[in-house]
Amino acid sequence: MSRAKQQTQNQQKVFTRRLAILGGLKGLMVGTLAARLYYLQVIEGEKYKLLAEENRINRRILFPSRGLILDRFGIALASNSPSYRAILVAEQTPDLEATLKSFSEIAPLSEREIARIMKARKNNRAFVPITIKDDLDWEQVNAVELNLPDLPGISIEIDQKRVYPFGGITSHILGYVAVPSEKEVDKDSDPLLRQPGFRIGKNGLERQYDLPLRGQAGESQLEVNSVGRVIRELARQEGEPGGDLVTTLDVGLHQYAHQRLSAELAGAAVVMDVYTGDLLALASTPSYDPTAFYRGLTTDEWQELTNDIYGPLNNKPISGQYAPGSTFKMITAIAGLRAGMSPHDHVVCNGVTTLGSARFHCWKREGHGPMNMLDGIKNSCDVYFYEVARRAGIDLLADTARMFGLGSLEELDLPGEKPGLIPDTKWKRATFNDIWHPGETLVAGIGQGFILTTPLQLAVMTARLANGGYAVKPRLARQISEVPNDEGTPVFPRIDLPEEFLRIAREGMDQVTNGQRGTAYRSRIDVPGMEMAGKTGTSQVRRITMAERQRGVIKNADLPWNQRDNALFVAFAPVHAPRYACCVVVEHGGGGSAVAAPIARDILIECQRRDPSRRNPNAEGGRREMP
Amino acid sequence: MGIELHSVGSQAGLRLSQRIKQIPWSLVLLISMVASIGFAMLYSAANGNTEPWMNKQILRFGVGVAIMLTIAMVDLQRLAKIAYPLYALALVLLIYVEFFGEVGMGAQRWIDLKVFQLQPSELMKVSLCLVLARYFHGLSYEEIGKPWVLIPPTLMALAPAALVLKQPDLGTAGMLLLCGAGIFFVAGVRWWKFAIVFGIGIAGAIGAWNSGFLRDYQKNRILTFLDPESDALGAGYHITQSKIALGSGGVWGKGLLQGSQAQLEFLPERQTDFIFTMLGEELGMVGGLLLLSLYSLLVLYGFAIALRTRSHFGRLLAFGVTMNLFLYFFINTAMVMGLIPVVGIPLPLISYGGTAMMTVMVGFGLLMAVYIQRDFRVGRRTSNEE
Repeated sequence: MSRAKQQTQNQQKVFTRRLAILGGLKGLMVGTLAARLYYLQVIEGEKYKLLAEENRINRRILFPSRGLILDRFGIALASNSPSYRAILVAEQTPDLEATLKSFSEIAPLSEREIARIMKARKNNRAFVPITIKDDLDWEQVNAVELNLPDLPGISIEIDQKRVYPFGGITSHILGYVAVPSEKEVDKDSDPLLRQPGFRIGKNGLERQYDLPLRGQAGESQLEVNSVGRVIRELARQEGEPGGDLVTTLDVGLHQYAHQRLSAELAGAAVVMDVYTGDLLALASTPSYDPTAFYRGLTTDEWQELTNDIYGPLNNKPISGQYAPGSTFKMITAIAGLRAGMSPHDHVVCNGVTTLGSARFHCWKREGHGPMNMLDGIKNSCDVYFYEVARRAGIDLLADTARMFGLGSLEELDLPGEKPGLIPDTKWKRATFNDIWHPGETLVAGIGQGFILTTPLQLAVMTARLANGGYAVKPRLARQISEVPNDEGTPVFPRIDLPEEFLRIAREGMDQVTNGQRGTAYRSRIDVPGMEMAGKTGTSQVRRITMAERQRGVIKNADLPWNQRDNALFVAFAPVHAPRYACCVVVEHGGGGSAVAAPIARDILIECQRRDPSRRNPNAEGGRREMP
Repeated sequence: MGIELHSVGSQAGLRLSQRIKQIPWSLVLLISMVASIGFAMLYSAANGNTEPWMNKQILRFGVGVAIMLTIAMVDLQRLAKIAYPLYALALVLLIYVEFFGEVGMGAQRWIDLKVFQLQPSELMKVSLCLVLARYFHGLSYEEIGKPWVLIPPTLMALAPAALVLKQPDLGTAGMLLLCGAGIFFVAGVRWWKFAIVFGIGIAGAIGAWNSGFLRDYQKNRILTFLDPESDALGAGYHITQSKIALGSGGVWGKGLLQGSQAQLEFLPERQTDFIFTMLGEELGMVGGLLLLSLYSLLVLYGFAIALRTRSHFGRLLAFGVTMNLFLYFFINTAMVMGLIPVVGIPLPLISYGGTAMMTVMVGFGLLMAVYIQRDFRVGRRTSNEE
């Protein structure tokens, strides 16, 4: 009995002791749990709070609305318009296919579109909105809104799209916006570029002023659950809309110039304020439709545009390079005056001049007879200017050309500008490793040979002649984001030449249009006070051989289009108080007096009627708010 | 000899009214407090709704309390008597589910009884405590020193553990083994024998790993546990999100219904296995420590009853069910905190679900029965009794 009792006591003792040991162990284990809680929730708490927030919050970029591009009177050239998009939330419709079928009665869906929708449905969760159709028209939007009960899950979303009210007429200046390429995304850290559907300026002013037009992205912080469903918006910071760009253009004049030029196959027309450098019109034909670039071109469309011989993608006023032909003769004349020639010196033209064994022909086979400088310009006598060029020499000729803005970039705020080419002895040495031949000077004297100029440069040259020798520079942006491009009318440095030289050149141009038998007399402006002074130019694009000259030079009309002469005309008006300079180039149009001069005349008449430089843009009409 | 000392058999026990008087109401209160925290969490888990979880859980708890109190009234002698048959039944059922059980969550665990689903492994948790208590109750302290005496109880623990592991249910198997080991330990099994078993266990674990006894997903869980960040969106997703939720709760928590991880469904299984995480996120470290303290109090309560009980059967039984409770909450909380692998053990009294609730409540019923009859002896050989 006592032994059994002993056993029982032992049993109890061991039990108590071991329970105490286990109890202690459990205490330690619970302590570990408490320590772990402390570690996770206090020591590492901040880190996990951050991770929890990252889990919970989904940031969405809000697109700022892109700044408008306006003409000098506030007419919108590029604006934003609401674009209506039908979206579908699959979980809200009991029968997706039936809903799509009802929808296509309002706006037809192609099989490809339906396949795309079905694929999007499969790849996304049921609450993710799928775009059914972009860019619905107003009637379709109304029809959808009216039939919403039959279209479960479908709703209309409003986006903004870029619109160009003047379409192709302004496409060369404005360019277009499109989805950025990978390279562009890499170069730009703006998160907007990483958003699907965001577009940046790809060409023209849209590209040049992309940053101020673009604006600042906004942000919306959304609370999402673990599968990405949006629970609510936590915070919203609206972006800053892009600034508006006011250009120097008078779109009415520009449109007129474009239409007038469109009578020919391909060409360029520039109208510029000779004092401010404001470009009032900058037309290039043919042109292209910018909306095609907005939505993205197909390969075929791209091929068609690039293979078009009339060069619709080429912005001819700034990137078309043409031999200036006779429009260069004012430069030659001034170079001659600089070389000490008197304007009264006579040169006798009998149709041809010789230098060594080479013969240089005048455009008039029978010759002009004795010519002084005014006669030379008026009649555009080649033989006279061969002689002037010979006396001036190529380096003085080139130096004079550069003073008037030829042969280098005008630094216009528009991408794609070409520098043209003014050759001299140094250039010849560097490029061909050859000496300059005297005959080349003669050819250069009539604006042929190596010389290349852009229509913009010719307009600048004319403006500098017209404004009395100020080195005016062209510009397109008048005001960006409410800040004027510069203070009032810019003051340009004077060209270092006697005013007398320029006056002689201007007088010659006056004779061209207003003197009887001037080469452009037929295209003169006879509206009192609007008279223009100008200079024709017909530049060869092919070499006329001796054999052909003997047989008789082939008429332009008998040549294929791209071998015909380029027709040029430069002018300023009004002749006695110049304000506007104009340059018209008709590619392979034939004679400058017959083809280019009438166009320039019409443009300058229209220009002076509108008189955009003297109308105060802010007083009259001012900036109109565009929707 | 006082009347308590030879109160063998039901005749000598207390009358029902006496037993009711003895019910430890403070224990019932403590249990209810823990369960109430659970109700609040289920309310929050449903985004502030009593449906679909909280109301059902309250109902289950009510049924659980009734069962607990009913069991508390049962005679200890009777419990000792049914220990072997009950264990045999549980074992048979375990074998049965191995072949005919309902498959859920990739494991065979249930018998569908139409009215409710029976998990034999849960029944086994209670039966094992009873049967081991009964077995060691029949041994003297000297007899425990003999190795052969330990063979039957070892088999009693290993057999169900192996069957459960086969289901496969790593967590429950572990709980059965640890609970059994605990009873062996307090029953007085010598230290060195544990050392041997421990060594064999490690060898066995290595063997199990290499032999393919562990399913791939079990291996993955262990691997993921060792480095959860390695697979944050795959196998490690649960534990990573759980740590984020817990950690972001901070000291005071984000407030009930305010846990972004739980409410926005980043937290998996927030109403069941990961409910402690949600509590930690919404009520913070303060809430977590409070709950751990309540559990610790329950465990201390159980141990106090065990120490206070005269019969060896009662002591061992009280210890066994308390050990079970401890393992439940320790494994669950340690797992959601990333201290041990995710093994699918719910948080007792709090996680949504009936089976764990029943096991724990039955355990508390047994604990109360022991408490009420703490001064009574239980015969060594119950089969000869009467």
